[in-house]
Amino acid sequence: MSAPAPVASGRLVRLAVLVLPYAWLAVFFLLPFLIVAKIALSEVALGIPPYAPILRWTEENVLTLVLNLGNFALLAEDRFYLDAYLRSLRVAAVSAVLCLLIGYPMAYAIARSPERRRPLLLMLVVLPFWTSFLLRVMAWIGILQDQGVLNGLLLWLGVAQEPVRLLYTDAAVYLGIVYCYLPFMVLPLYATLARLDPVLIEAAADLGARPLRAFLTVTLPLSLPGIAAGFMLVFIPAVGEFVIPELLGGPSAQLVGRVLWVEFFQNRDWPMASALAVTLLLLLVVPIALFQHLTARRTRR
Amino acid sequence: MPQGGPGARPAAPEPWRDPEAVPYLRIRGLTRRFGEVTAVDGIDLDIYRGELFALLGGSGSGKSTLLRMLAGFERPDAGTIILDGQDLVPVPPYERPVNMMFQSYALFPHMTVAQNVGYGLRQEGLPRSEIAARVAEMLDLVQLGGLDRRRPDALSGGQRQRVALARSLVKRPKLLLLDEPLGALDKSLREATQFELVNIQERTGTTFIMVTHDQEEAMTMATRIAVMTDGRLAQVGTPAEVYEYPTSRFVASFLGTANIFEGIVRRAGATGALVESTALDALFQSDTDPPKPEGGRVFVAVRPEKMRIEKVPEGATHGTNRLAGTVRDIAYYGDFVMYVVALPDGSVARVSRPTETRLTALPITWTDPVAVTWPDFATVLLAQ
Repeated sequence: MSAPAPVASGRLVRLAVLVLPYAWLAVFFLLPFLIVAKIALSEVALGIPPYAPILRWTEENVLTLVLNLGNFALLAEDRFYLDAYLRSLRVAAVSAVLCLLIGYPMAYAIARSPERRRPLLLMLVVLPFWTSFLLRVMAWIGILQDQGVLNGLLLWLGVAQEPVRLLYTDAAVYLGIVYCYLPFMVLPLYATLARLDPVLIEAAADLGARPLRAFLTVTLPLSLPGIAAGFMLVFIPAVGEFVIPELLGGPSAQLVGRVLWVEFFQNRDWPMASALAVTLLLLLVVPIALFQHLTARRTRR
Repeated sequence: MPQGGPGARPAAPEPWRDPEAVPYLRIRGLTRRFGEVTAVDGIDLDIYRGELFALLGGSGSGKSTLLRMLAGFERPDAGTIILDGQDLVPVPPYERPVNMMFQSYALFPHMTVAQNVGYGLRQEGLPRSEIAARVAEMLDLVQLGGLDRRRPDALSGGQRQRVALARSLVKRPKLLLLDEPLGALDKSLREATQFELVNIQERTGTTFIMVTHDQEEAMTMATRIAVMTDGRLAQVGTPAEVYEYPTSRFVASFLGTANIFEGIVRRAGATGALVESTALDALFQSDTDPPKPEGGRVFVAVRPEKMRIEKVPEGATHGTNRLAGTVRDIAYYGDFVMYVVALPDGSVARVSRPTETRLTALPITWTDPVAVTWPDFATVLLAQ
């Protein structure tokens, strides 16, 4: 070996590159998760922090591990929590589907537009991110409230005789989520649609497929990865969304994010809030990991 | 240059010589503009049933635009396309009895080989059993039996080419369009595929129109060639006609190699024409009539393989169909040697000489004074 030093350092770099993402995941994902899981398994206590340690010394100098599964049991028993989960999943799923229905034509149009105009169109999609998320949701209050812009317009047009209740409804929550998360659907869809070779559509037409058939048999199946990515990017954060239902939703819209907030800040029940968070995470991660595993195996085959 | 390729068919009928024959495809005044550029400029062309017709040209010659208008992907600005009595121009691509084999093959990556080939038949709504039977028959024809469940990304380049061919043929189109059908294959595979493509064309009896920039491909495969430049047809004819009787300098030098000289017609008689070179003090004798009357400016094209080269003493002069010069470059190709002879006016003549014997030392070498001669029939007179 004429030059052992560069080889060794090269191996070190390669090792670092391999280790770094795992280290990142361990420090910023696994560790916080374990801390939250630990809190979920402890008991409420008065003091700071407001929960009892799960490892403690008894008077006989015996180290004992006290796990409180009561929170998880309550989650399973109380319809209130189960309903919150189901409602959150439904709201997130419906929002993701709405985003898909609106975002697909947008992404398709951008991908089919002349190449020099695409950066501008993409920037317009991302433009709302330049203002504060909170501010944009607040703005919807101004639009939707009884004396708001939209009601003013409806009254002026004579469509409605008295203000229509728009704010603090489920519809307002959907509107807010779709509005805020739409770019997360458009961008991955655009990425897959832009990569799609237009010659494939010509080939489909050449073989006798009308435009709609060509779309359904070629474009749509080939954009499934983008659809899946966009769906995840909207669905996952929407399940735990707190701000939008809090500001735009009615009091009946008890979603997981809101329940969690109440347990944490109003009831100061950190273990219960943590149990909610851990369960939510597992509800999302396990099916997604399973799905990824299955698709990876199918593509390898 | 023209080797006895797959295009040399036994006793091939030549309907284009028969004035009574009805063309299968009749193109009239076909024009397509892109902004300022006229990609296809008023083309008239007749193609007969069962032909393997080649559109040959460089990039930007308009050959691909012409093909895309036949497929229906480009709308002509003017002109008509009549196929078997039907005007194709208003017909959308998905209703034309025309199929295309794309240069990139455009196989659907999410479908198996059988699904790709059967795609066109599914659009027709045929029963499953018939689709399966026709797909299997087609895969046998292109020798891909047994690969029907593979996906395109698990195939070699040659196999993909066959899938693309099978997919475009399975609908039994009246016209099959091939865009650079062999362009993506490596050289060793190309020759075998040329023969096979011609073989399949003959077995199915389908009329093929092929676009290519490769003159050898066009010469060896096609019944007739249309040489295209600047959106127009420079010349249409059989490979031998276009090669041996080019009508312009462009065609003469686009197909193979040609030495081009400029001259003035001095005598036009029953036994051919005599042309005097303006730059060289030489005379060219042809056995054909000149394209212009006496005194007219013409061009003379002579193919390198029709010339002879011999050593001469120093100070030899030009003559009739005879040029004197010195050897400047020698290129050894294995099957022939190309001599580049410097002429007194600064131009060069290229002469090829087949290596019939096993040479070790070339009999003629650099800086040798040589004379280049050729028979009258090799002198081709061109108006432009």
